[in-house]
Amino acid sequence: MLLEIKNLHANVEGKEILRGINLTINPGEVHAIMGPNGSGKSTLAAVLAGRDGYDVTEGEVLFDGKDLLDLAPEERAAEGLFLAFQYPVEIPGVNTQIFLRAALNGIRKYHGQPELDALSFLKLVKAKTKLVNLDESFLKRSVNENFSGGEKKKAEIFQMALLEPKVAILDETDSGLDIDALKVVSSGVNALKSPNNSTIVITHYQRLLNYIVPDFVHILYKGQIVRSGGKELALELEEGGYDPITAQFTEV
Amino acid sequence: MARTQTNLTQGAVTRYEDAFAQFEREHPAPAWLQTKRREAIQTFARLGFPTVRDEEWKYTDITPAANLVATPIFHFELNGAAAQVRTQLPFQTLEGHRLAFVNGHYAPDLSHIGELPTGVEISPLSEAIAADSERVQQAFGRSVNGEETFVALNTAFAQDGAFVFVPADVELVEPVHLLFLTTGDAATVSHPRNLILLGHNASLKLVETYCSSTEGVYLTNAVTEIESGAGARIEHTKAQLESPKAFHVSTIQVGAARDSQLRSSVLNIGGRLVRNNSIAVMQGEGAEVTLNGLVLTDHEQHIDNHTTMDHAQPHCASHEMYAHVLNDKSVGVFNGKIFVRLDAQKTDAKQSNRTILLSGDATINAKPQLEILADDVRCTHGATIGQLDETAQFYLQTRGVPAREARSILIRAFAGEVLEPISLEVVRDEMEARITAKLK
Ligand SMILES: Nc1ncnc2c1ncn2[C@@H]1O[C@H](COP(=O)(O)OP(=O)(O)OP(=O)(O)O)[C@@H](O)[C@H]1O
Ligand SMILES: [Mg+2]
Repeated sequence: MLLEIKNLHANVEGKEILRGINLTINPGEVHAIMGPNGSGKSTLAAVLAGRDGYDVTEGEVLFDGKDLLDLAPEERAAEGLFLAFQYPVEIPGVNTQIFLRAALNGIRKYHGQPELDALSFLKLVKAKTKLVNLDESFLKRSVNENFSGGEKKKAEIFQMALLEPKVAILDETDSGLDIDALKVVSSGVNALKSPNNSTIVITHYQRLLNYIVPDFVHILYKGQIVRSGGKELALELEEGGYDPITAQFTEV
Repeated sequence: MARTQTNLTQGAVTRYEDAFAQFEREHPAPAWLQTKRREAIQTFARLGFPTVRDEEWKYTDITPAANLVATPIFHFELNGAAAQVRTQLPFQTLEGHRLAFVNGHYAPDLSHIGELPTGVEISPLSEAIAADSERVQQAFGRSVNGEETFVALNTAFAQDGAFVFVPADVELVEPVHLLFLTTGDAATVSHPRNLILLGHNASLKLVETYCSSTEGVYLTNAVTEIESGAGARIEHTKAQLESPKAFHVSTIQVGAARDSQLRSSVLNIGGRLVRNNSIAVMQGEGAEVTLNGLVLTDHEQHIDNHTTMDHAQPHCASHEMYAHVLNDKSVGVFNGKIFVRLDAQKTDAKQSNRTILLSGDATINAKPQLEILADDVRCTHGATIGQLDETAQFYLQTRGVPAREARSILIRAFAGEVLEPISLEVVRDEMEARITAKLK
């Protein structure tokens, strides 16, 4: 098992957003998480990545056997967890290349490996930009600053390619992408797939799942996974929306 | 009965007066300078040290610096220590002309004036005075406000500093680096005095560095006067890297002539109690002045920057950007005065002041001070105070950047707004490295 989430409860600003999530992910699997706006998908991603202010009140998360919730965000990254943000953060004044080097070397240091020299770093980075068709010039710009919506999402997948995580969570990576970019990004994600890693895709649309085909689909509703199934569950949603599925959970 | 603060520093004023008598005996000056010195010590004695009741010193109690009891060092030679000190100097790889001063005295062993284009003069001020320089005699004290206590004190005791003259139409390509180093463990007071003169369309890159080779308690009271001819261009950078226990008071005053351009960056990392006065008087139409500043403090540092943009003529532009990053119990003070005189129509003045508080115990006292007498002007000012962007910090960490480094990266980006415009790469890079080291 790569990731095991057991009865996870979490509060944001005193309000319970995650209300007992259970999810098990094995190597090589692709899981899709769907659910209406505000159901807690991004909150789950933030809790897994270790964001401050998201208080876990109950439950546990094991990552490759380790207690994930005990680790700082950078330690989680070094252990192999990656989160592609729904809204990638613009950081004016921070050069992308310097940022990526700090990231790679931070992870290497965690594993007791020597820092990457400038040349090997550049070679590695350039090789990875090809995967998502990103113009190399973005390396000279500030992190995500003034990137178009699509460029931001591509840059996230590029970072994923660079860091080679064991578990990648892609939070609405498809939103803001045009048809061509969607194909590029999906094939990038697929190219990174291996029997040893797994992917969690958070999305609202079947469109993405045509390209990144999930082994499992989960529906998150009001902080709980209310239904899980195979890829056909997404098609069912596309047809009938959430109502038929969530009706029985709606409080009276 | 409570003693007033003036009383608290009265002893210090008397000590300085006594020291002045000794100074005059040991360092006789040419008649013109002797007159200036005597006037200055009288002015100083009349004014005394400021207290927090003075509007200009409201947030900065300078008493500890005023009361520093130091044996005057009227003579100093580095002798054998030069070799050892040399390796510790900041900006060692900076090419160009260097004048070094140790405890206020010219240190030829650490200096390198090098080849100079025709007409350019770079020398210790003491030598220019000894050589009866007509220029020095005329310009000395002309551009500074002699009615300010610390300027008066400096004028009374000024022994050395730099004299730089760049004649009309000459571009001095290599920078001039003025290095002021304090050594030794005994408390010292030095009064560096710099006089910088530029002819029409001349251009100069000037770096002032204040540093120490010890962790000692001392006072630097520096004055730099700059006069620029019409169309002249000056890039001025001051690196304040004093010891963590040092007191540092400085005045930089610039007279900017018609169509001249000045950009000054005052970078503060060191010092325990620091006050910088930067004053630019736009004396000719079309002058453009930028005064930028950076303050990075921790522990109990207290750094006060007072700036004055004096728009004395129409059609001048001033820009100002001060960035503060304050940690622990440190205090930042910023007072940005923009004075637009009656005739100064079409003035364009921009001021911004941004602060990041890294600790709940750090304090910033920042205020713009606008005095606008002309009616057809554009003046904007803005101030922000906040914490480090938590979302950005989290984003960096999720990519594997350790928390401390993420913080350092974000602070350097913030400081970058002040550092980036500096054209001297050696200065920029080393300042960035020093910032990084301080944040560790
Ligand atoms: N920092 C926060 N402060 C207050 N409320 C928050 C915060 N973050 C999330 N929430 C609330 O938690 C709930 C779940 O939000 P979340 O972003 O996880 O939803 P989502 O499923 O990702 O929605 P979407 O599909 O719109 O992206 C929402 O009601 C949201 O308003
Ligand atoms: Mg979301």
